[in-house]
Amino acid sequence: MAPHRSDLWEREDTPPETTPAAPPVPPAPAADAVVLPAIKDAVASGVITGLLLLPLVGFRATESGSGPLTLTYRFGLVAVFALLVAGLRLVLNLTLWRPGRKIRDNRSAGLAALSAKVAPAARPAFFALALLYPLLAVTLSGGLSPSRYWVDLGIYILTYVMLGWGLNIVVGLAGLLDLGYVAFYAVGAYTFALLSTSVPLNAFFDAHVAEGFWASWSFFVCLPMAGILAALWGVILGFPVLRLRGDYLAIVTLAFGEIIRLVLINWVSLTNGGAGISSVPAITFFGVPFNGNDDGFAARFGLDYDSMHRMIFLYFIILGLAALTALVTIRLRKMPVGRAWEALREDEIACRSLGINTTLTKLTAFATGAMFGGFAGAFFAVRVRFVSPESFTFMESAVILAIVVLGGMGSQMGVAAAAILLIGGMEMLRNLSFLKASFLFGPDFDPSLYRMLIFGFAMVAVMVWRPRGLVANRMPTIFLKQRKAVSGALVKEGHG
Amino acid sequence: MAAASFTPKVPKSWDRDPLLKVDHLSMRFGGLVAVGDVSFRAGRGEVTAVIGPNGAGKTTVFNCITGFYKPSTGRLALMQGGPATMAELDALTAGGRAWAKTAAGATYLLERLPDHKVSSRAKVARTFQNIRLFSGMTVLENLLVAQHMSLTQAGLINPVALLNLPSWRRKQKAALELALYWLDKIGLTARADDPAGDLPYGDQRRLEIARAMCTQPVLLCLDEPAAGLNPRESHELNTLLRAIRTEHQTSILLIEHDMSVVMEISDHVVVLEYGRKIADGAPGDVRNDPKVIASYLGVEDEAEAVAVTGVPA
Ligand SMILES: Nc1ncnc2c1ncn2[C@@H]1O[C@H](COP(=O)(O)OP(=O)(O)OP(=O)(O)O)[C@@H](O)[C@H]1O
Ligand SMILES: [Mg+2]
Repeated sequence: MAPHRSDLWEREDTPPETTPAAPPVPPAPAADAVVLPAIKDAVASGVITGLLLLPLVGFRATESGSGPLTLTYRFGLVAVFALLVAGLRLVLNLTLWRPGRKIRDNRSAGLAALSAKVAPAARPAFFALALLYPLLAVTLSGGLSPSRYWVDLGIYILTYVMLGWGLNIVVGLAGLLDLGYVAFYAVGAYTFALLSTSVPLNAFFDAHVAEGFWASWSFFVCLPMAGILAALWGVILGFPVLRLRGDYLAIVTLAFGEIIRLVLINWVSLTNGGAGISSVPAITFFGVPFNGNDDGFAARFGLDYDSMHRMIFLYFIILGLAALTALVTIRLRKMPVGRAWEALREDEIACRSLGINTTLTKLTAFATGAMFGGFAGAFFAVRVRFVSPESFTFMESAVILAIVVLGGMGSQMGVAAAAILLIGGMEMLRNLSFLKASFLFGPDFDPSLYRMLIFGFAMVAVMVWRPRGLVANRMPTIFLKQRKAVSGALVKEGHG
Repeated sequence: MAAASFTPKVPKSWDRDPLLKVDHLSMRFGGLVAVGDVSFRAGRGEVTAVIGPNGAGKTTVFNCITGFYKPSTGRLALMQGGPATMAELDALTAGGRAWAKTAAGATYLLERLPDHKVSSRAKVARTFQNIRLFSGMTVLENLLVAQHMSLTQAGLINPVALLNLPSWRRKQKAALELALYWLDKIGLTARADDPAGDLPYGDQRRLEIARAMCTQPVLLCLDEPAAGLNPRESHELNTLLRAIRTEHQTSILLIEHDMSVVMEISDHVVVLEYGRKIADGAPGDVRNDPKVIASYLGVEDEAEAVAVTGVPA
């Protein structure tokens, strides 16, 4: 080994080069040089598509009655596909993929400037809209009963907003990839369902407090308990798991989510297995039941009884819970623990060199996220009044994670927008019956079959367009003179 | 060994009042002995430089001191307040504990502490050979994260902080003031609100030092702080390090290849080669040590050439 330090500048700690000057833009090629290759490329793609589809689409074996298979030929369809590919490719070659086409950087810069202007107003606007939403739903749909669908949709979306904000603490801030978040949702839901339907508890409160006390107050008593128990499970899971990094953490959390579900299915004596727990007591207006009796909510407040009162109250409960999640997170981000979460996402080793106990810090992130998951779970149980393991499949975890990733950068507004887009969008795709119009696909077409496909395409498109999520920059938690957004390119994703 | 045969007439300052005592430190990775039986002392209030060719084991020594590696063998005693007596040190070593109060202060056996406690309890801070800033956080945030431990003495999720009560705001303000003090020291006040990852390289190096200083350490370990700096930045770094030593109760342990930095600011130089210590003494002595000249520096003038130009003669 050479005793000399040979080259100072070829080491891994070499300073990054200053951004190289943009390469000189080549002069736009002459039209011939563009159009000819474009046509060639389009024809080639068309031919390849035709050849590929010939065996796949061109021949079709159908059963004629109960008889033998007959072969039908669909060469026309193949030609249509091939022409479609060739045509699209030609268009792309001449527009987006045109060589020498100047890419406008200022568009993203303009977008960033715009979002910086809009950002401060986004939060108040969102909450104002959320507060007014039931009123809007009732007036626009013309009455309490017709607004049921819309209020229900609002509750549904807000539940996911809350779940997204909860998971955002773990994934967005602390950078820990958790694929089993639904487990905490389940713990919360079952905590409430089991406690509120417990016969001994009912008997105890009937005897010692008041008749029917437990049925009317159980939600408000169990809500904190659901959160605490979920947080406890977060700690129990976190202890062995948080020393794992990246993919391993993801796999173990995924397994944990499945284990919880399987326990719920198999521990029949406690959870009633796959049949679930029904007759969970309905929510009350702080002890006043929503029913048509004389001591019911409507009678007490001089209103005509309507089952929508309960729905609207549920809406405000979930709005309050979501707001609590948001406010606590905002506060935590400004506290040492929140800064440590983000620092952990940026560089775990540097954190340890500064004295931060990374295991403990990760655990608090896990437990805090789990707690909000537990709250949401209790809410779910009181809304649906029925819990079963079916509601807590991996699909739920995946959807919540998709919301967080689509939202981007631990941004709360991003997550809220993603939840509205994802959950609302998925719901809106149910209303595709206009596609049945005779000039489009005809009455035989079943649009609901294509719901997930369209949804998948939309997700891919959004992630291509905004790879770091809808809100691609991070807002600092403190500033001296001016709050400047940190570009997403500098912010790490963590997962370790 | 050369160092062992070299017996000083007057005891050296780092022997009289050591802050850090490294005894028989070895670190093996499988069959590779990255550090073999290295012993040295770092004096209180002094700048101690660890030098040596690439792969000599300098960073490994740092990783052992700061708890990132568990040494295969050896004792790393950090003596806060004042030197521990031989008896105190032996008692602590024989017992199972990681630290003990001594007559002069407290002594920590760093090899028994996990990395984060080396920083939070023993008060040893470090920087990294490859800068490790929180690049997506602002300069100011970086300096506040460094004060995590002093801000969370009352618990990680502290209701006083959650409710933003006045007592918490006072604490927060003090933390901000310390951050601003260091920002001013490294000349980055104007860039406080910029992401750390956007700073030029030299500024990032200084910010990393400031961040380490925000933990208010007794010992600051710097792994090649001048690597990749231009002469002007290198000079600024010297000024900063001298200020840290004179104005704060912080001793410095420094790995450096740049001889101009080493010779200018260090009080004591330890030379490693192939994981072993080959020399240990005042900068002037080490520079003239034939062993060092032969194995590391080459011809004296050439050493300067390597350090300054980065091109071997
Ligand atoms: N984690 C590790 N696992 C295995 N080998 C290691 C590890 N860390 C260091 N080494 C080896 O130990 C030896 C000393 O490495 P070290 O990084 O301490 O050298 P150094 O003196 O800091 O060199 P440089 O000047 O290049 O930074 C090298 O041979 C290195 O490959
Ligand atoms: Mg090194």
